[in-house]
Amino acid sequence: MDTSRLIRKEAFEWEIPARNGMRVPGVLFASEALVAAMDDKVREQVANVARLPGIVKASYAMPDAHWGYGFPIGGVAAFDPEEGGVVSAGGVGFDISCGVRCLHTAVNLEQLKQHQVRLADTLYRRIPAGVGSTGRISLPDAQMTEMLAGGAAWAVGQGYGRADDLERIEERGRMSGADPAAVSAQARRRQRDEMGTLGSGNHYLEVQRVAAIYDQPAAAAFGLRIDDVVLSIHCGSRGLGHQIGTEFLKEMAQSATGYGIALPDRELACAPLDSPLGRKYLGAMRAAINCALANRQILTHLAREAFGEIFPQADLTLLYDVSHNTCKVEEHVVDGRRRRLFVHRKGATRAFGPGHPELPAALRPFGQPVLIGGSMGTGSYVLAGSGSGMEKAFGSACHGAGRAMSRHEALRKWQGRKVVDDLAGRSILIRSPSMRGVAEEAPGAYKNVTEVVDAAESAGLAIKVAKLLPLVCVKG
Amino acid sequence: MSQSWTHFRHEADIGVRGSGATLAEAFEQAALALTAAVADPSTIRQRQRIEIHCENADPEYLLVDWLNALVYEMATRRMLFSRYKVTIEQGGLRASAWGEPVDVGRHQPAVEVKGATLTELHVARDAAGQWQAQCVVDV
Repeated sequence: MDTSRLIRKEAFEWEIPARNGMRVPGVLFASEALVAAMDDKVREQVANVARLPGIVKASYAMPDAHWGYGFPIGGVAAFDPEEGGVVSAGGVGFDISCGVRCLHTAVNLEQLKQHQVRLADTLYRRIPAGVGSTGRISLPDAQMTEMLAGGAAWAVGQGYGRADDLERIEERGRMSGADPAAVSAQARRRQRDEMGTLGSGNHYLEVQRVAAIYDQPAAAAFGLRIDDVVLSIHCGSRGLGHQIGTEFLKEMAQSATGYGIALPDRELACAPLDSPLGRKYLGAMRAAINCALANRQILTHLAREAFGEIFPQADLTLLYDVSHNTCKVEEHVVDGRRRRLFVHRKGATRAFGPGHPELPAALRPFGQPVLIGGSMGTGSYVLAGSGSGMEKAFGSACHGAGRAMSRHEALRKWQGRKVVDDLAGRSILIRSPSMRGVAEEAPGAYKNVTEVVDAAESAGLAIKVAKLLPLVCVKG
Repeated sequence: MSQSWTHFRHEADIGVRGSGATLAEAFEQAALALTAAVADPSTIRQRQRIEIHCENADPEYLLVDWLNALVYEMATRRMLFSRYKVTIEQGGLRASAWGEPVDVGRHQPAVEVKGATLTELHVARDAAGQWQAQCVVDV
């Protein structure tokens, strides 16, 4: 991206001035190197979002922002229903509520290393992963409706996990305002056999060790110590979310004119918050959030079974569960006034600061855990939401490294089997049904996650708490 | 018919593009590009045929509908397809797709396609008179 077209407001904050129909400015949070490496399309997309009705304060991009569809991935924007604000299917993404959850295991590194191969094989056997995989349960329509209304709380009620898990999930594991009736028969059909499946692409289940602590008090509150073994799960709302995204993207694009919205680009498909289509999408999208939460809850149950098979002392307790692709109603203070806003985060993590009432009591003084996904060979990070982040970007932070090269380039550059062998040489065990998938997801195909996380911290969006390094990765 | 599909660059996802002497051929080739985002089409046997019907008066939205119909069929039937025959009719299309159930060992499928997007969506004739049909698909 040509940085000469931006105004550098602070060392890690760049402004796209509001012009050419932009209602608010665009703001990019990143180092100079990260901004320079971003595609010009990111600037275009941030500016386009700033043209949508009812947008409040600014159109934001996180340090890992890259070219998406409609909104950039790593885009954050809040809309006020009282000012004609909109909800956008492209501003949430197809993989609704894709996210990461991290669990303590009560297994130490020494114990893990004794059984690392067995654990990798057991997890791979128990966790359905990859294209065409199906879950253990098939949901008939009535149960599907219950799941869409109940989220992780529904899953716990079905015997997948424990009631105290819910405390450590955004929305306490159940997104309110879901409208299962707004979810089409096709979306339900696509999900029927996909409950408790990991998916493919960049989704994974990873066993990790805590390799570094940056903020001791926050790490202690999060229950993280050096060489602790943790488990992270990255996946989303599976076929159901994809189908909802697909259907509403088109419907919103084709009906925008009818709502009097002049789209700067049809991929910014949106509908007024206060319209039948806007309300229907919100109801369906919230149901998809519940689907993602239920799915990660079932996967947690499967992981517990796998750990229990090998380690009698294993006790998988939830650190936290975050969602990346959402639109949520939140209260934020803007120019001294408390306002009820619809905050879109697409490829961005909610990162509420210390003291926020949404946070569980034990974590509240330290801010919300922000779980940043890695890419097999590279690290993952645990951050904490900061007070300044609440002011800067509606309590939001980055979500991962982001791709540095296309799948096609990665496939030409790496061979899956060699990637697996090289990582095994570094004591990182990969289990995947597809070697082509592994090649496309090679660690080198991603940007440097440390640079992204450091930029998020320097920009004041979140505080670094701990670094996690992979030991076992089940890849879809 | 010779291969006349390509993938074009998109940072996070994949652009699929088909070209042909007719709109129908361009749609068939774009569908092959979609398949190739998941697995090598040459590994997929044509053992079963399924029928697809989409309606949309706008050729660009018709492309999105066509690709999304295939995404849906791939996901719910757990199949991959390697041959397509499309007939464009007034306000829609009818098509056959030939393929087989996913065989992970043989197909080595890399990603599920989540859906076709409106990004880089173009359906038009180029200067040489060839039809081009393209968009980005989310993987």
